Amino acid sequence: MDNLHIDQHISQQFNDDLEKLRTSLLEMGGLVERQITDAVKAIENADASLAEEVMEREDRVDKYEVKLDKSCVLVLARRQPAASDLRLVMTVIKVIRDLERMGDEANKIAKMAIALNDQDNIQRGYHEVRHIGANVVSIVNVALDAFARFDVQAAMKVVREDKNIDREYTSSIREMITFMMEDPRSITHVMNIMWALRALERIGDHARNIAEHVIYLVHGTDVRHNTAKEIEKKLADKM
Amino acid sequence: MNNTADEKPVDLPEQHDDHTVGKPLLKDPKISVRNANVFYGDKQAVFDVDLDIGANQVIAMIGPSGCGKSTFLRCLNRMNDTIDICRVTGEINLDGQNIYDKKLDVVPLRAKVGMVFQKPNPFPKSIYDNVAYGPKIHGLANRRSELDQIVETSLTKAGLWNEVKDRLDQPGTGLSGGQQQRLCIARTIAVSPEVILMDEPCSALDPIATAKIEELIAELSENYTIAIVTHSMQQAARVSHRTAYFHMGKLVEVNKTQKVFTNPEHSLTESYITGRFG
Amino acid sequence: MSNSNTTELTTTQIVQNSLKKRYRAERRFKAFGIASVCVGVFALLILFTEIISKGVGAFTQTYVQLELKLDNDVLGIDDVSNPDAFMQANYTKVIRNALKEQFPTVKKRRDRRALYGMVSVGASYKLQAVITKNPDLIGTTQKFWVIADDDLDTYYKSLSDAEPFTGRMNDKQQAWVQTWVDNNQIKRKFNTTLFTAGDSSEPELAGILGALVGSLLTLSVTLILSFPIGVAAAVYLEEYAKRNKITDFIEVNINNLAAVPSVIFGLLGLAIFLNFFGMPRSIPLVGGLVLTLMTLPTIIISSRAAIKAVPPSIREAALGMGASKMQMILHHVIPLAMPGMLTGAIIGLAQALGETAPLLMIGMVAFIVDVPTGITDSATVLPVQIFLWADSPERAFVERTSAAIMVLLVFLISMNGIAIWLRKRLERRW
Repeated sequence: MDNLHIDQHISQQFNDDLEKLRTSLLEMGGLVERQITDAVKAIENADASLAEEVMEREDRVDKYEVKLDKSCVLVLARRQPAASDLRLVMTVIKVIRDLERMGDEANKIAKMAIALNDQDNIQRGYHEVRHIGANVVSIVNVALDAFARFDVQAAMKVVREDKNIDREYTSSIREMITFMMEDPRSITHVMNIMWALRALERIGDHARNIAEHVIYLVHGTDVRHNTAKEIEKKLADKM
Repeated sequence: MNNTADEKPVDLPEQHDDHTVGKPLLKDPKISVRNANVFYGDKQAVFDVDLDIGANQVIAMIGPSGCGKSTFLRCLNRMNDTIDICRVTGEINLDGQNIYDKKLDVVPLRAKVGMVFQKPNPFPKSIYDNVAYGPKIHGLANRRSELDQIVETSLTKAGLWNEVKDRLDQPGTGLSGGQQQRLCIARTIAVSPEVILMDEPCSALDPIATAKIEELIAELSENYTIAIVTHSMQQAARVSHRTAYFHMGKLVEVNKTQKVFTNPEHSLTESYITGRFG
Repeated sequence: MSNSNTTELTTTQIVQNSLKKRYRAERRFKAFGIASVCVGVFALLILFTEIISKGVGAFTQTYVQLELKLDNDVLGIDDVSNPDAFMQANYTKVIRNALKEQFPTVKKRRDRRALYGMVSVGASYKLQAVITKNPDLIGTTQKFWVIADDDLDTYYKSLSDAEPFTGRMNDKQQAWVQTWVDNNQIKRKFNTTLFTAGDSSEPELAGILGALVGSLLTLSVTLILSFPIGVAAAVYLEEYAKRNKITDFIEVNINNLAAVPSVIFGLLGLAIFLNFFGMPRSIPLVGGLVLTLMTLPTIIISSRAAIKAVPPSIREAALGMGASKMQMILHHVIPLAMPGMLTGAIIGLAQALGETAPLLMIGMVAFIVDVPTGITDSATVLPVQIFLWADSPERAFVERTSAAIMVLLVFLISMNGIAIWLRKRLERRW
């Protein structure tokens, strides 16, 4: 499981510190994942109370962010980590940021869910939200899994999957524009759907960021701003 | 090239190849070591080291105690000659000249390759005499004024001139630990060496004195080639351009310092610098 | 394991209970140490009081005041310009005449001899010295303090005691002394002879200068030879010699030599210097050579220890600067080891100063009156002089023996003082 050997330090406390960082991050990830799932469900089921719940839970995500930031600073100050430990801490710092943004996006989706609920019951766009939402939730899950297991293969899967999501997003948006042109009355409704789709797409991007951080964590190679193919090539070079 | 740590998780010793990973060799090195072995009696302390040290570079040597890094360092100016049972094989070239050549005299070699030791060891003489000692025995100064000039320049380069210029006649042993170590560096520079070897120069000093020495190393690296052995990985990370990791007498990895401390190639290096069991 | 509630003791209580016993043991331990120190101090005190109380008398000497008629008829100096005339003059008679005049009633031959015996035979030499210096005194009558014989000296010094030591003094002699005492004609003066004369069979004329100079000459020879040789040997063994069977063998032998009884060195000196090289007996040169053999191991051992104590960091520093081995040794090791080496040398010399046995073997035990002027003159040394005097039957030699011991002790103490002073001066911190 743990191919970075974070439990093999001579200092048991250092092991504990790093392990705590990782589990807290995964807890935060789990929370954010649930936020996204619930937000998407709220739109699908037009469930305003579920959306409210999501919005209420948002500040728990923020608290996690602050807490984890503090722990990271403490580890840096106390242990001056090097090599994989340093990469781990840096990765955690970056992943927190992405998770927090994902939380914000989930919050936005929840807001849209409430807005959609208040409007007429035009059924356009829900299918797309459901479809993209399911994909996003799945890659978020895979990204967190990749982090939990320091799994480069899983991370690569996220990178590739995100590309698909982007493609689907583009086509959905095109479809939404057609809806609006067809029926101008649905503009407000479709706009809200579009906001939600946009948020989901952003979440996908953040998941991809997390996956890239995981690759950096494991291999020490910075793969940001690269296409999936380029990343594969870089990793192959390293082997 | 070797597999990285990540692909072969457990069983660290299995990875212990005789190859040095990273980039031990350079173009136009100042010092080039080939196939160096050091023996203490029957015990071998250093195994088949190939390493180049570039001019005006700082190379840090790190590794656990007894890994042979100090022994290796002391080969570079033949300080090991003073130990009867110590035997060195292989080739160590300084500017293309094998320093273990039988015809080569160690006295000019040591003038060319100076050394700073772990414990500040000024002579129990005045500050002036400490710095002037090298130039005197090598006959570098003909007149007193020249000697004065050398002493002043060396102390200035060592960042000690302003602190001691009014008390040059006082014993060097009366200075603080950090000042003593800088005095030792000044003493070494006074004979205008080309290479300075430092054997854990800060291990006996407090953090402020250490910071000053590190600053000094950075300044000196403009004019001198420096090889430093240190136990402080942070120090190696701060002062050096390249880092060599020794383990059980073998040179495991040589790479740019930045690389070694963010993403070492060898699992043993990784274990050592991150404080894991290795 | 189950603890019964009643006997359960906390650790603190257990410690408390054992405290008393521990303190008692500690007090016993300390008391034992103090007692040992006391025994040492007591022995030293006894030694000093014994020697000082016995020897302090030797620093004064009894003199008798006589009215000497320096009549040239009696003296018989015909030519004042001729130094030989002074030497041949009859000073003894002048003194005897003075005694006869003071005690005219003494007629019997035996009594006369007893009377004349009250004054030392050395008195006439003193008189000769005075008159040779001032020939003008011839023909005048002068009051002179003449040196008393040792029997009188001993008796007079013990007069104040409850039972004066009469020794060989008969009743008549005691009466004459009483007369002198009544006339204030007898007194004690500081005994300069003790420090200005060589040995003599007459205690009142015997001094330690000869032995002192002999000791100094012998020690100079020892110092000049043993220090450089010892240091050179130590430096070679410590710095250059490879560790192997031969050096180990040499080391063991040096250590053993340091423990060899000194008389053996005397026999060695006798065999080598006297019998083989045919050097003369009793001279400080041979004495010095023998003592050199004896002190060398001490100096080598202490010098090696001093060299070993020089921190290796200093050697490394010197070598690292490109100093050659000789430069390292001369510039750094020897200056730093010097205090230790000097201390060793002085301790060795102090040992040599007190040495008698080896010198007996090479004949430095002879009775030598003259103060030696060079290392090839016959001489004796202080401890041998003490040995000789201690063996003499005259009562007055007893106090002189103690006085000589005191001088020897002063010498030893000042040598140790010099050793400490040198240490303090040369010692550098690193």
